[in-house]
Order: sequence, then C-alpha cells, then structure tokens
Amino acid sequence: MTIEVRNLVKRFGAFAALDDVDLRVAKGELLALLGPSGSGKTTLLRIIAGLDWPDAGEVLIDGQDVLTRGAGERHVGFVFQHYALFRHMTVFENVAFGLRVQPRAVRKSEQEIRARVKELLDLVQLDWLAKRYPSQLSGGQRQRIALARALAIRPRILLLDEPFGALDAKVRKELRTWLRSLHRELDVTSIFVTHDQEEALEVANRVVVMDKGRIEQAGTPGDVYDNPATAFVHSFIGESIVLPVEVDDGCVRLGDKVLNIAAERGSSGPSRLFVRRHDMQVGPSGWGGLEGTVRRVRTFGPIQRADVALPGAQGETLIEIDAPRDRDLRDGDIVGLQPRRYRIFAGRD
Amino acid sequence: MTMEQALPRYTDASGRSGRKAVTARALRRDPRTEPGPVRWIVIGLAVSFLSVFVVLPLIVVFAQAFGKGIGAYLSALADPEALSAIRLTLCVAALSVALNLVFGLVAAWAIAKFEFTGKTVLISLIDLPFSVSPVIAGLVFVLLFGAQGYFGPWLQANNIHVLFALPGITLATVFVTFPFVARALIPLMQEQGTQEEEAALSLGASGLQTFFRVTLPNIKWGLLYGVLLCNARAMGEFGAVSVVSGHIRGETNTMPLLVEILYNEYQFVTAFAIASLLAMLALVTLVVKTLLERRLDEGQGS
Amino acid sequence: MRRNTLPGFGLTMGLTLTWLSVIVLIPLAGLFLKTLELGPEQFWGIVTSRRTLNALRLSFGLAFGAALVNLVMGMVIVWALVRYRFPGRRLFDAIVDIPFALPTAVAGVALTSLFAQKGWLGAPLADLGIKVAFTPLGIFVAMIFIGIPFVVRTVQPVLIDLDSEIEEAAASLGASRWHIVSRVILPSLAPAMLTGFALAFARAVGEYGSVIFIAGNLPNVSEIAPLLIVIRLSEFRYADATAIAVVMLVASFLIIFAVNRMQRWTQTRIPAH
Repeated sequence: MTIEVRNLVKRFGAFAALDDVDLRVAKGELLALLGPSGSGKTTLLRIIAGLDWPDAGEVLIDGQDVLTRGAGERHVGFVFQHYALFRHMTVFENVAFGLRVQPRAVRKSEQEIRARVKELLDLVQLDWLAKRYPSQLSGGQRQRIALARALAIRPRILLLDEPFGALDAKVRKELRTWLRSLHRELDVTSIFVTHDQEEALEVANRVVVMDKGRIEQAGTPGDVYDNPATAFVHSFIGESIVLPVEVDDGCVRLGDKVLNIAAERGSSGPSRLFVRRHDMQVGPSGWGGLEGTVRRVRTFGPIQRADVALPGAQGETLIEIDAPRDRDLRDGDIVGLQPRRYRIFAGRD
Repeated sequence: MTMEQALPRYTDASGRSGRKAVTARALRRDPRTEPGPVRWIVIGLAVSFLSVFVVLPLIVVFAQAFGKGIGAYLSALADPEALSAIRLTLCVAALSVALNLVFGLVAAWAIAKFEFTGKTVLISLIDLPFSVSPVIAGLVFVLLFGAQGYFGPWLQANNIHVLFALPGITLATVFVTFPFVARALIPLMQEQGTQEEEAALSLGASGLQTFFRVTLPNIKWGLLYGVLLCNARAMGEFGAVSVVSGHIRGETNTMPLLVEILYNEYQFVTAFAIASLLAMLALVTLVVKTLLERRLDEGQGS
Repeated sequence: MRRNTLPGFGLTMGLTLTWLSVIVLIPLAGLFLKTLELGPEQFWGIVTSRRTLNALRLSFGLAFGAALVNLVMGMVIVWALVRYRFPGRRLFDAIVDIPFALPTAVAGVALTSLFAQKGWLGAPLADLGIKVAFTPLGIFVAMIFIGIPFVVRTVQPVLIDLDSEIEEAAASLGASRWHIVSRVILPSLAPAMLTGFALAFARAVGEYGSVIFIAGNLPNVSEIAPLLIVIRLSEFRYADATAIAVVMLVASFLIIFAVNRMQRWTQTRIPAH
C-alpha cells in the first residue's frame, strides 16, 4: 500500500505543527520519521492514521483520498507510544478486539478469531500470556501485544508512534531487531516515529528527518548520515563539530585565519562548518587548515578525547576532537586539525 | 508516624532509671510534634465534639425508633402511610438516579474527551445545584409550574399535574442531585485520557462500540460512586421536595416528609422508625462509599 | 476540514446543554425573571420588611457563627485525625462524613430529640438554665452539625500532603512548636481553611431540614430565611418568596466570591507547595 501526503498543513493556534509537508511512502517500505519533539512527526503520523485532521492538504492511500474517512475506516494499524492496551481486558481479548468489533456481515466466527489471535500471539512469542492483564506485563511485553493487536485486523499500513520510547535501553535494542525482522516477514508498509536517530538509522529502509513542521531530508540511512542536506540534519544525526566561519569569494575564514579548505558552491557570508568528529584529523602544529590549543584530555580505551580551543573572531571556540591514544596529547599542546570530510552551510543559527 | 516515634520511648522505659529517663525524654521534646498533654487534649476535644454532635444524634434515632420494642417498630413500618412513603421515595430515587446517570455519562463524555473553550464555565454551571439552598430549588419549580407560575395556567388547562405530584417531586429531586454522577465521572475520565478510545477506533470500532466496550468498563467504579451518592441524596432530600410536594398524605409524602409530619404529630416511634431506615441507608452509603474510594484510589495508582 | 478524533461530540454536547438548560438554567432564569417583574421599589420593600430582615439576619448571622465554630473545631478534628494515632481513629474519620450523608430531616428530628427539655442532652442543659431546642441556640447547634465535614474534608488532603521537611527546617532553626504550627503550618492551610469555612457557611445559610425542627420558628425571633420563603409560598405570595430567595442567592454568591478572592490573595502571599 502506498501512501502519499501532499501540501499538508496543521496549525495549533499560531504554532505550525506541519508546514506544507510532502511525502511519498512506497509499498512495503519501513520508513522512519525522525526529529526532535515539536518537529511534527507524531502529528503527521496521526493524520495519516486518521486520528487527526489537517487544516489543508491531501492524504492518499493507494491513490485514494482518505481524509473523508475516520481511523476505523482506513484499515491502518496504530501502535501507541504508551501502548493504550485495554486495561480491563485480558491480553487475548485485547488482540481479538479488532476482530470482534467488525460488522456482523464481515465478522469471522469465534473459532477463526481464536485461531487468528493464537497465530499473532505466537508471532510475538507471547502466547503464554494470553490470560494475563496488561498491568501484569512488562513494558516490552505490552508493546509486543500492542503490535499484535494492531496486526490482528490485517492492516494495509502499520503506524508506530515512538514504539520503544518508554522502554529501557536493552529492551529497546532487542525490540528494534525484532521489529526489523518482523517487517521483513510481514511485508506491510510501515512508518514509525522516533526521536532516537540511532534507532531510525538502524531499523528503517528510509529516514525522513523533520524539524519545526518541515521535512529537512528524506533518504536512506546512509544518505542521511553521509550527505546531510541541511545544517539541521548534520547536527541532529551523528556527532558534529560546528565552527562559525566567514565565506568570502570562495575563501573560508575562521576568525582572521584563512582555512585551507574549499568553500561549498553557493555559500557565502556568515556560515557554519560541520565536521563529523571522526572526520577531523589531528596532526602536529602547522599541519592542516586549523590550529588550536589542547585544553582538556580524557582517555576512553583506545581513544583520547580532547577539548581544543580555536581562535576566532569572537574569542575562542572550543571543540571536541578524537585522536588515537598513542598520539599522547597533553594540556597546552598546539595541534593542527584538518577535516577529511565536511559541509559548509550558510547562515548562523 | 510521630506517635509511634514517641511511644517506643515511653514503652522502652522501665524501672526507676526508666522513669528518670522518661522525664529526661519528655523534656527533650520531639520538634516534629506537640507535647503529650497537648496531644491528648486535642484528641479529647475532637472525640468529644464528634461524639456529642454526630454520634449521639445517630444513637437517638435508633433509641427512639426501638424505644417501644421491635414489635412497635415493625408495625410502624407496616403502616400503609409509611409503605406508601417508602414506595414513593424509592420510585423518585430510581427515576432521578436513572436520569442523572444518563446525563452524567453524556456530560462526562462531552467534557472529558474533547477540547473546547468554556469548559470551566460548563462545569461550574453543572455544579450550580450544589450551591443553591434546597428550599430555593423547590421554589424555582413552583415559580414555573405552580398555579400562579409561568406554566401554571397552561398546565391547568391541560389537566397536567406537575406540582403536588410525582413529576414535580422528581424534577426537584433531579435538580438537587444533578451534579453527582457527572462530578464523579469527569475527573476520572479526564485522568484516563483518550488513548484507549483512539486505539479502539483505529481498530475499527464504532463510537458506540468504543463507549460500551472500552470506556464504560474503565469507569465502572466511578459510575457506581456517583450513583451511590446521587441515590443517597435523592432518597434523603427534604427541603426541595417539601416545597413542591403539597404533603398530600398517602400520596405525595416521601419518607423524609413523612418523618416531619409524624414528628409534628408526636408519633415519635413511627417517625423515628422511618428515620432509622434513612439513617441505615446513610450508614450503608458511607460504608460502600469508603470501599469504592479505596478501589478508585487503587485504580489511579496503576 | 476540522474534525474531532472521537465521535459523538455534537450529540453529547447538545444533550448536555439541553438537559442542563431544562433542569437548571431555565428554572433559575425563572427566578430572576420573576424578580425583574417586581420592580426595584417592591423588591426593596419586601426585602427590608422587619420580618424578612430578621430572618435574613438570623440565617446569615447564625450560619457565620456556626461556620466559625466548625472552623475551629474542624481544625482540631483534622489535626487529631491526620497527625495523631489513637484507638478508633479510623472510625471517627468515617464519622465525620455522617452529616453529609444523613438526610436532613433525620438530623433535624434527632437533634431536636437530643436537645429537647427532656432530651439526653437537653435535660442536663436545662438544669444549667440553658434552653437549646426551639431557640436560636438550637438553630446554631443544627448549623454546626451540618457544617462539620466541610472544614475537615477540605483541609485533610492538604494537611496530609504537607511537606514535613518545612517543619523540620523550622525546628532546626530553633522555632518552638507553637511557632511552627502558627507561623509555618497554619498559613499553608489557610486557603483550604477558608474554602471549608465558606462551604460550611453557604450550606448553613440555606439549610432547611436539619434546622426547622429544632428552631422555634417564631417570626422575628427564631425564624430562618428558608422557612420564611416556604411560608410565603404557602401564602401564594410568590413575589415575596422570590425576593428573599434572590437576596439569599446573591449574598451567598458574593460571600463565596469574596472568600475565593481572599484565598487567591493568601495563595500569592504563601505559595502553595
């Protein structure tokens, strides 16, 4: 099932939760909506699900306009951040719910419902919990039951709102892998919302990075990491060193020092230089385009991490760099730095 | 907490050295509580006040009711007037509870599950009957439906009796018990949020299915609580009903009204017999209310 | 394209407003409509008649006094219930709710029986020369009875939630116990105390059933305002009844409004925890 969203706008008073959003999701894709809180990702998800309505724009599923239909009629499975399991029903009844409320004409027999529920509980490996109540389950178990419940009605689209947000790190990692394999098995078009970039990059086929109601970039995890399209994407994904620079006629300056790096096409005036920490090479003084003084060194196993002060127009800029341990940096050392890979984006935040 | 901290010191003490130690400890007062004598005075005051003003009146009711023995008590209750009053009270209470139950559910759904401006105003309006004197509650219906009321002539022309009949009594009772169910449900439903309902809708349930299968089971204890309080007030209402009922013996006297009439006629045993039924209702209501409150608090914890 | 996620808003809102109007708003509107029919002169005449003024004075005055008693005793009770342990504490905690739950007529006849000349308490008091039943003192007693739960139940949760650290801090700074109670604890309880007082007061002013049995109901002496309303209604003097009712309503609302204001003022002086 393909999803298409066109020119979607949603406002809450003066606040624009979604600001002219366009998105296409291909059949069978596992898409991540990634962004900080307030970026509009959950709003977008809920509008696709039919739990919220836009102020303007279109939502098409398989080419059909679905905005006239409510959540129940869109045949989507929604997994809530806090599970939203029916607290007074057993696990079995929770999963069976979607099948039991179908109109009489379409409803399956009790036998078939029972078989389907068992099938789903087996799928999430929790059939032994069938008679328990949600309050008796752990967070990870609840999340899997919520997923089983959503899958019971054979949705054409699966939507997950920060599915692992409320779980601790170990459980989160396990469930991530599990979700990926589940998706491969079921081949259902899925969208999940997360603020955790590691999760998005690890699990999804495609990542859509959002900020302030707009899509900053959409691409594969590799794309988004290696070729960030905007300053926001660069700083949100992975660790970045950011330096305020001046671009003049193709010449890049940090303070009054001219850096030996090429300016990006189209950038000029006050800009920012983004370098991944692991892309910043460290050498002796005089080598490389940048020079700074080591201020504080910490050692983590094979790596030394140092605060380096770079002189700039407004005093010093402090950045964090990584160096191999045997470089043996000391407080007060003067080092040369050269970015192996970098991006320059116009404007200061 | 503080008492238990104090007690061990005293009970630990033993023998002569203990007594000296006790005195020394008494001088070293626990800064987090009052000195012993003050405590006991406060407790004494509280207990005697409550005993005089609450416990004694309650005991008097039963003492007077059973004053002439069980036989007299039972035959008082078997009196046709008494039976008719009991029937009327039950009928009015059942109607009022039923009506306010539906209203409470409907209002709580509208208020708790949606966002709109004026919510506080609406809730305050629903609370209005609480702040109105019962006599005034009766008065407003007399002004509407009485012989000289706004609808009076029209009602007379159509031979419809609102006042001095069941409809009037029910209306006045509905008025005074109006907020109970809604007030019990609104905070509960607000606290429970809309997630489960949204989940149900996303799974294909209709609005009604969602309400009956998901919402209702979640609020059942709150609903019972509201119904309980509503019923207690409905059965016990005096002022408002007194104004609209007309006190027609055997017809429009509820139990509280009958208590008044019998008491003024010095038929003490009968009056207190009926009063004792109402008092027992009050006690049962309190017990069930406490149990439900515990249940509701537990629910909030999970 | 604005829609609500959950269905049924239109229907439930409509029903709510309709039922609210039919049962509460329209009847109350009728009251004010009737008042407008009176015209200011007639209204003033009714309200300032000797009997009316005495009834209002009696109702408001005694209710105020009873609420004060309940404020003081309520604090004593809530303190004992929350801060101390003693045998039967749970029972007495439950007993506090009885005036709430007990039908007013039952309370009325019970109190009258108790305080009558030959009653369990009335007799010893009569020996001391104090007559309670059928006097304003009886009204006072009844108003105290029905107001007992208000201060206790509004202050109780606040007292329970009170941070003991504040008390400990004050103690460590050398404050005496009395200082701690009066300067640290009571001020934080002040808003709840005021609310409880206002509720007890409002309830006592409008109380009918518990009071009319024990009151003498003598005009100008021991006749409460609600009773006067009932009497005027039975005389078909709707206008009089309405005028008195409106005065009572407006006065009660004003008082509650003033208390709410005072509450907000104390809350800004002493921020709530």
